[in-house]
Amino acid sequence: MIVAERKPFDDILRMLGDARRVMVLGCRTCVAVCLAGGDREVELLASELRLKARIDGRELTVIEKSVERQCDREFLDPLAEDLADVDAVLSLGCGCGVQLIAEVYDDLLVLPGLDTKLIGVTESEGQWSERCATCGHCVLDITGGVCPFARCSKGLLNGPCGGSQDGQCEINPDIPCAWQLIYDRLRKLGRLDQLSKIIEPRDWRTSRDGGPRTVTRPEAQIAKKSEE
Amino acid sequence: MTEANDFEPVIVAFCCRYCAYNAADLAGSLRLAYPPNVRIVQTQCSGSVDPRMILKAFESGADGVIVAGCMPGDCHFMEGNFRAAARVAHTKTMLEEIGLGADRVEMVYMSAAMGRTFADTVTNFTEQIRELGPSPAGRGPKPGEPAQQ
Repeated sequence: MIVAERKPFDDILRMLGDARRVMVLGCRTCVAVCLAGGDREVELLASELRLKARIDGRELTVIEKSVERQCDREFLDPLAEDLADVDAVLSLGCGCGVQLIAEVYDDLLVLPGLDTKLIGVTESEGQWSERCATCGHCVLDITGGVCPFARCSKGLLNGPCGGSQDGQCEINPDIPCAWQLIYDRLRKLGRLDQLSKIIEPRDWRTSRDGGPRTVTRPEAQIAKKSEE
Repeated sequence: MTEANDFEPVIVAFCCRYCAYNAADLAGSLRLAYPPNVRIVQTQCSGSVDPRMILKAFESGADGVIVAGCMPGDCHFMEGNFRAAARVAHTKTMLEEIGLGADRVEMVYMSAAMGRTFADTVTNFTEQIRELGPSPAGRGPKPGEPAQQ
């Protein structure tokens, strides 16, 4: 899932400026699971904003709303009526949500309430860690299911670097060495021979180096075809 | 009597039904006096008290909030009181960042047999809030603003 964290309250206040009518808009997908932007977090932030406004003697109306996914237009379109008279939308979605709201409602001030951090997994209650760097060309088949780009601090494809100690990374001793994990996993699978193969340099155009990426599935574009 | 002494704080106490709620009942049975400022809300467990409920209490005009759970290790649901303590600690940071002050919410522990502890706790907390003065957020919604449920 996409993991995000709420921005510091002072930053949110600064962004909102003198807005008097604000919608705090949550997203019930990834950011709800990582406790950053679901219904619960919308309620909390709305309460905080209302209390702060009262303390400061400012007039502020906060509308609380959440949608299933902020990254799909079909869930944003029905918001038109509620958004008609707001000064700003504070999105508690990931960066995708913020941008799509701004695209759908192009005359509306849309502000990010979260910092989008990573694509990762739940390690334990209240802790998430990165697993995927969205490089666009998965190599997990040859690295035993452990991603060297997302989990090796140096992103080495033919690791390890030699700096790890006791199985921990030399850059950050709190995280495990990805190549130690890869070795352990391949040994368990009886596939250590994988490590004797040199992995060719990657074509990084599939990653961010090729600029913003798109995915097209013609067979799913039925509506578009019928429009044509 | 000074102006500060005239201030009667509104205290909301979220009390676990297995301990503090019964302790409050026992305090009454024992004829122990405690300030009438306390509005008791029974909860299934202190672990069911969400920060949203605490903030809503302040939005509705509370000057202070107590979350009362079972003694550590005695939670009916194993760890509800520890969860409550973590949530109260988080709520304190929120109250601090909005300028209400972290001292307006406290987590306390007691058993159902601790009627006197309940009376003493709410008496002391009421005095603590009296010292802090009225909530800077005021008593209720501003005109034109809908009341929060």
